[in-house]
Amino acid sequence: MIEWLTGQGWNKDLATFVALLLGVIVVSSFGLVWIIFSIWLERKVAGRIQDRIGPNRTGPYGLFQTFADIGKLLIKEDITPEGADTFVYNIAPLLSVVAVVLIWSVVPFSNIWVGADLNVGALYFTAVGSFGTLAILLAGWSSNNKYALLGAFRVTAQLISYEVPMVLSILVPVLLAGTMSMQGIVLNQHIWYVLAVPIAAGIFFTSSLAEVGRSPFDLIEAESELVAGFNIEYSGMKFGMFYAAEFIHAFTICVLTAVLFFGGWRGPGALLEGAAGGLIGFGYLMLKSIALYFVVMLIRNTVPRVRIDQMMAFNWKFLVPLSLVNVLVVAFLANPSVFGVDYVYHQNQAEQATGLMSLIYQVLGPGVIAELPRTVALLIANIAMWWGTSEILHRYAGIERRKVQDLVTEPPEFSPKGQQTTTAPAGR
Amino acid sequence: MQNPDLVQWVAFIVLTILTLGGGFMVAQDRNLFHGALWLLVCLFGVAGFFVMLAAPFLAAIQVLVYMGAIVVLIIMAIMLTRRLMGEREATNDQWPIGLAMSAIAFLVIAFILALASNSSLLTREAASQLPLDTVVSLGKSLVDTNQYMLPFELASLLLTGAMIGAIVIARED
Repeated sequence: MIEWLTGQGWNKDLATFVALLLGVIVVSSFGLVWIIFSIWLERKVAGRIQDRIGPNRTGPYGLFQTFADIGKLLIKEDITPEGADTFVYNIAPLLSVVAVVLIWSVVPFSNIWVGADLNVGALYFTAVGSFGTLAILLAGWSSNNKYALLGAFRVTAQLISYEVPMVLSILVPVLLAGTMSMQGIVLNQHIWYVLAVPIAAGIFFTSSLAEVGRSPFDLIEAESELVAGFNIEYSGMKFGMFYAAEFIHAFTICVLTAVLFFGGWRGPGALLEGAAGGLIGFGYLMLKSIALYFVVMLIRNTVPRVRIDQMMAFNWKFLVPLSLVNVLVVAFLANPSVFGVDYVYHQNQAEQATGLMSLIYQVLGPGVIAELPRTVALLIANIAMWWGTSEILHRYAGIERRKVQDLVTEPPEFSPKGQQTTTAPAGR
Repeated sequence: MQNPDLVQWVAFIVLTILTLGGGFMVAQDRNLFHGALWLLVCLFGVAGFFVMLAAPFLAAIQVLVYMGAIVVLIIMAIMLTRRLMGEREATNDQWPIGLAMSAIAFLVIAFILALASNSSLLTREAASQLPLDTVVSLGKSLVDTNQYMLPFELASLLLTGAMIGAIVIARED
């Protein structure tokens, strides 16, 4: 690109600038364009699950429904409530979209295409993700509406809490790859990390769902309790931007899960030279992300919303302790002196091997062989951890069940203590 | 780029304006909520400085901890204080003391920097002389017994103590 522009007689600085600018536009608008399709997809799938047809009037298969929606949002009246903090009120929707789009700059799309291969990529996307929380707080406060404020409080509590297990589970692929660069994590991931550390993958996916505010954690817009939540006063495209941010974020977490745990753009042929390998890798990444997005849609349309106290208890009493133990175990097992991965040694072995060994090396590749012992060890550790967790859960559930049974058999007299357990510490 | 110095100067000036301007507005704005937002601008400028100093890890931590957690905490505290929610103007009678204190702090820091300008503490190293992956060397120095392991562990102990203390205070029984 730069060479081509300078070949056309452009100034070198200008050519660099234009090439960088185009890259920025492509990366940032990719998510925005993608949601036009993904909203349609989501409505179609939701329709199928709920035994409806879904949008089918606008264009073939209703493909242009989203454009009609955008048009509607654009021509709606833009209302600013009385007593609102105008500047903050207007900047909040922008901030919420920016927070999500910024994440895309570190996503490795293929072996050659990555917006910015930061060496702190994994940290970067958790950092910019926290702007989303801020946007919601600002929206709730500046609307000058009690429902919006309550909604914002609740969302902030949810987002801050679920950030803890999310960050702890991001640590696991970082530990295994030995780098925080997203491209580095994909490059070192010869065997999908989900096979080695399924618990971490599960925690990351679950807490990301909560970060996005997708069902069953969609307390952000609990219509029955909060009217609409933090965005109640917003109308027109400003509302649309919150909506768009949520949709892009939902897809973004699928892409991130694919990158961190499902090998990103890895797949047969993705390491080819030039644009061919790039396109193939991009195809793999999208395929994996869409498969994960389908899981998100399935969960959204089939699982009921949880209560706020259940959600908090689930996070602090289940996800956080489990992810802490998980990080400890992985850090111990992935230690170079316990189950180290020596790529160079196996590369040399692959070149020297003969006969059957050579065939194995050729079929699997030296990277896979190098990572195999660690993967098996981690998988066994994960199974053991899951067994222990389910034992603890089983015991806990038994106690709870007996409590409920006692309540059913002998109706409780309303002692202050009994009341305390029924009026759970909601919202704390 | 042909002229990296120029780019650096422009970036430095913009970041300085963000940091100092944000800090000034924090002190100057009578609306407490807006003050918290200006603090964000100020901290963003500081994060930018970390990027310019080839310390991306510290920049990311600055954004994550200060902007993502501490400012959010401040904003929540403001929102939970109903009195402040009602009256959006805040006045502070202690500004002369604050002004004097910050002037003294500025003078002390300036004095120390002027004294130490020749010492090894402040020698400037070109970015090319830094270790290739500053994150790796930072991580290693934090767990190396000969370097910063003891302070690091002490800091984590301190934080754990503070957290337990907060739980004990907040507990209702």
